[in-house]
Amino acid sequence: MSEKTIAQINDDLLRPVLRTSARFWIAVLVLGAVVAAAAGAVSYQMWNGIGVWGINRPVFWAFDITNFVFWIGISHAGTLISAILRLANAPWRRPVTRCAEVITVFALMIGGMFPIIHLGRPWLFFWMVPYPSERGIWPQFRSPLAWDFFAINTYLTGSLIFLFYPIIPDFALVRDKVTGWRKKLYTVLSLGWRGTPRQWHRLESAMHIMAIVIIPVAVSVHTIVSWDFAMAPVPMWHSTIFGPYFVAGAIFSGIAGLIIAMAFLRKVLRLEEYLQPAHFDSLGKLLLMMCLVWVYFVFAERLTVWYGNESAEMAVFWTTQRGPFAPLFWTMVICNFVIPFPLLAIKRFRTTITGVVIASWTVVIGMWLERFLIIVPSLSHKYLPYTYGSYRPTWVEITILVGANAAMGLLYILFSKFVPIISIWELKVGAHKPVVVHKQVSVVRTLPAVADDGLRTTDT
Amino acid sequence: MAIKWGMVIDLDRCTGCEACVVACRAENNIPTAGADQAARERAIHWIRVERYWEGEFPDVRLRFRPVLCQQCEAAPCEAVCPTYASHHTSEGLNAQIYNRCIGTRYCGNACPYTVRFFNFYNPVWEKPFHLQLNPDVSIREVGVMEKCTFCIQRIQAAEIQAEAENRELKDGEFTTACAQSCPPKALVFGDLNDPASEAARLSRSNRGTKLLGELGTKPAVTYLEPESWEG
Repeated sequence: MSEKTIAQINDDLLRPVLRTSARFWIAVLVLGAVVAAAAGAVSYQMWNGIGVWGINRPVFWAFDITNFVFWIGISHAGTLISAILRLANAPWRRPVTRCAEVITVFALMIGGMFPIIHLGRPWLFFWMVPYPSERGIWPQFRSPLAWDFFAINTYLTGSLIFLFYPIIPDFALVRDKVTGWRKKLYTVLSLGWRGTPRQWHRLESAMHIMAIVIIPVAVSVHTIVSWDFAMAPVPMWHSTIFGPYFVAGAIFSGIAGLIIAMAFLRKVLRLEEYLQPAHFDSLGKLLLMMCLVWVYFVFAERLTVWYGNESAEMAVFWTTQRGPFAPLFWTMVICNFVIPFPLLAIKRFRTTITGVVIASWTVVIGMWLERFLIIVPSLSHKYLPYTYGSYRPTWVEITILVGANAAMGLLYILFSKFVPIISIWELKVGAHKPVVVHKQVSVVRTLPAVADDGLRTTDT
Repeated sequence: MAIKWGMVIDLDRCTGCEACVVACRAENNIPTAGADQAARERAIHWIRVERYWEGEFPDVRLRFRPVLCQQCEAAPCEAVCPTYASHHTSEGLNAQIYNRCIGTRYCGNACPYTVRFFNFYNPVWEKPFHLQLNPDVSIREVGVMEKCTFCIQRIQAAEIQAEAENRELKDGEFTTACAQSCPPKALVFGDLNDPASEAARLSRSNRGTKLLGELGTKPAVTYLEPESWEG
């Protein structure tokens, strides 16, 4: 099989942007309807009061914050993976980075919405913003929720920039191919890109800086999310392990989310030749590593709690191990370890896309359960047994949960309609390295041809 | 010395009659949740009487423990509130400023005593209960947290009266609704910084314990454990 020419790359990757099929409209309609239903559920909740949710005293947080932590976790796919792969100059990253970075932005938008809609009085959420107001007070900076607000906004801003920089040359490419209002739109978006060596140099430098800056930001964001729990004296929340535990879980679920998105793009946009089994294999190895890290953290957390044998913590511990939450806990273990581990560890399964995708789906489900099991069992079993509670979601919360997933799909589809979802210029750079001198080219090790990068379109 | 309001609860005296619960409800305009909402664990009781059975049948004993906001000196609920709605006053009270509350409910999670309550809906009073609302206490709207205030309206009324009469507050001059209504006088309210007050005197008892004292929240409520308590 031969390498793709530049014209072929342009054709294949611009096709989704330039042509719209009926399938696209059907998908937009269906997902849009689900998102509209969720928006209706949120309106219903705001009109009537948050009592239409299943939360109660003492379980003041449940699906809302589970979804929040879950989506912020998913957002770690993109930026972190993409930044690390860029800095490591992994050649196979080229077709992967953009679909990963865009997950970050949308997952943050969806995740960041939950702390707002979960408020008792959501219309006052702007009191989290420090601005000189007639009320004469600022947000309280001692509160982890205030840290959260700043961390997520920083991460969202950084991720948007990180996503936008590498799109500029592709916006310019689209600009040169379209007419009418789209021409105007892409002219604005491409910021006067001409492809001069000076522009290339600046772009590469800016991308490199952002790739370095975004990594500590991403790590800090999920650490701070974990501190929403770890800072409160609640049994099994108040733990020093939570920062790294949450970051590891976030990367774990993030990679799984990325694999699912890539498998979807591959099928729907017919990108089989760009997103190859080798990419799924590489991401599968990363997922396998995070799977082991996750199991290690769960084991370390559970063992120390059990060995410490502190009464309030043990009450929570046993509800998850063999009490009312045990079915969910063991489902989580199956989804996060028992199923994905063999699928990812055994080469025969990992090298099939189906195997990696099945593992990713179970991981995504398992990680959602993990967040739920961190929040609800602890809140329902705080110190005084008299106040023990339980929790059951209502249709409103379930609709919002489903709607959030549909929103991700909808935003993703719309994005891939406006922007080439695979970075065209980066693929070309990979194919013809001398065209643009990449700063780190000199340190790239010579790799076997097949594993070189996404430009090899061999069917192996 | 500044005032520090506190309470002593003698568990040997408590009979579990729940008069305190009723008095608090009347004094502080606490809405009734109704059977359905109460079954969903949304009833609001600023003070509650916890009931624990001890031992194995037939050798069982019943224990009561009235639990209200412990007005902690190192309150976990205060630090976590992003809008300063949960706020420490100069008289040692853990105040909840309803108008600042945006309803994150984080304080309710952080409170180890689970004595913070959320308004899941706008409160309603069935007729004729709306006629007995206390004009000195504000009504809390949907989406805000609320909790025991140590009857701050009574504290303020007494302080204003004392200031008008140009004198010091006297111990026992006023008390909270729960303490006032307690038939066996199990609840004693007063200034802990006044060594002569009854509350301060009782809190020095060697039967005195703090609820979940090991958490380091420094509660302003002291429980006098029953002599035979083995827990």
